[in-house]
Amino acid sequence: MSLREVGIISGIGETAYSRNSGKSVLALQLEAALLAIRDAGLSPRDIDGVLPYGSAVVAEDFITNFGIADLRFSATTPLGGASCVAGIQAALAAIKAGICKHVLLPLGRNGASGTRIAARVQEMPQFHLVGEFEMPIGALAPVQYYAPMARRHMEMYGTTSRQFGEIASSTRGNAILHGNAIMTKPMTIEDHQASRMISDPFRLLDCSLESDGAAAIVVSSADYARDLRSRPVHVMGVAEGHPDSPSAITQRPDLTTLGLAKAAPKAFRMAGVTPADIDVAEIYDCFTYIVLCQLEDAGFCKKGEGGPFVESGAIRLGGKLPVNTHGGLLSQAHMAGMNHVVELVRQLRGEAGATQVADAELGVVTGYGDMGDGAIAVMRRG
Amino acid sequence: MTDKSYNKPVPEPTPDSRPFWDSLASGRLSFQKCGACGVIRHYPRPMCSACHSMATEWVEASGRGKVHSWTVTHHAFNPGFRDELPMVLATVDMEERVRMNAQLRGVDPASLTIGLPVRVDYEQVREGLTLPFMRVDRPG
Ligand SMILES: [Zn+2]
Repeated sequence: MSLREVGIISGIGETAYSRNSGKSVLALQLEAALLAIRDAGLSPRDIDGVLPYGSAVVAEDFITNFGIADLRFSATTPLGGASCVAGIQAALAAIKAGICKHVLLPLGRNGASGTRIAARVQEMPQFHLVGEFEMPIGALAPVQYYAPMARRHMEMYGTTSRQFGEIASSTRGNAILHGNAIMTKPMTIEDHQASRMISDPFRLLDCSLESDGAAAIVVSSADYARDLRSRPVHVMGVAEGHPDSPSAITQRPDLTTLGLAKAAPKAFRMAGVTPADIDVAEIYDCFTYIVLCQLEDAGFCKKGEGGPFVESGAIRLGGKLPVNTHGGLLSQAHMAGMNHVVELVRQLRGEAGATQVADAELGVVTGYGDMGDGAIAVMRRG
Repeated sequence: MTDKSYNKPVPEPTPDSRPFWDSLASGRLSFQKCGACGVIRHYPRPMCSACHSMATEWVEASGRGKVHSWTVTHHAFNPGFRDELPMVLATVDMEERVRMNAQLRGVDPASLTIGLPVRVDYEQVREGLTLPFMRVDRPG
């Protein structure tokens, strides 16, 4: 039993990204969902499964607005920024079980104009331990929980802030070429180094954006590939992984290893490929260091070698492994990684425009969230 | 300091964690110890992950540890902490083989290293709430 080639990403959709949408979160999600459903050549009423993100918008909202007569599957995958990719696994499991054929994964938020992240995490049950033991001493925001992981990596392996800057700078370059991105001004490593310190070692330009907008995908049964107008993108392998001490980084035996380290070998084995076979990677980038650490945990380089790997130019367009060709959460928009899935599908369809990786056949997308949960999907163009 | 003037987040102890906070209020740091196999654990929780016993004791900690990692926060995510910036938040390997996250005070951030010996101290921040913090544990 495996989820290999059980399903395809049949449709993708995105709204414009901004800092003030002026729309409700539900309206944003419906807009992106409709684009994804039409891209898949489907009607909203063909959707028979929905995996909402978080609790702001629920499956019932899609039944109501789409007029779905018989929604057969709904669930959530509460892994923070790994939810979208973990949701692909859940959708495929439901498809494989014969429960449904077309599962919608919507994501949308008013992250800039609505409630900000430091306030949002205080409401999340996954953060109850840090809420009791770390927020009272002044550790209030994700940047403060993740910074000691990065600092430990720097002390153990000699990783540098300039190497984080390389990630920020190359990602910005991709965002500018892409077009639908919030950040449009070029950024050098020197700009990164000059940006103000938020929580050492993270500077402002190590941190992702807070954004308004929505992105959505449709995961369909592989049988549907022959009816698809666009090029099908097959999910070859997918897995989620939870780190040791998942709710308290402070208590994690190894601060420099994420849940992805458990998921990645499973996904690559399922896909029957190795990291060296991958043409393009969309890597969850809430912070620059999190990209570096995931490159190691996914197996693109050894533990401790993420710094030299990015410094070599490997993740730039034209490099060995172009990363975040859309500009990511750092420079396109913070859509909790659904924008990463959308971009990977575009790359594998050959529809990625100015940041298209030549002849991209195999790609991966990762998610990271909630103190270290991870998920990864390996996809192949049809 | 009155409750009204205290504008930082406060813990909401649970039945599992209340002895930790009560202990701090009396100027002692305590950790949970499994009543069956003796493994010490933190943060407080109902079950020992080594043997799944829910029998729990509390033991007083030595208060000594070594820096495992850290961050130096420069941005005020809550106005209540603005006057304390920049603030060193240290991840500390305690002698009891659990970790604590605590402010490390009176240290030059440039001198921070893995393994730096630290020792816990206590501050009553308001009626009924004492928070732990760390100081460098200088020999002698
Ligand atoms: Zn035990």
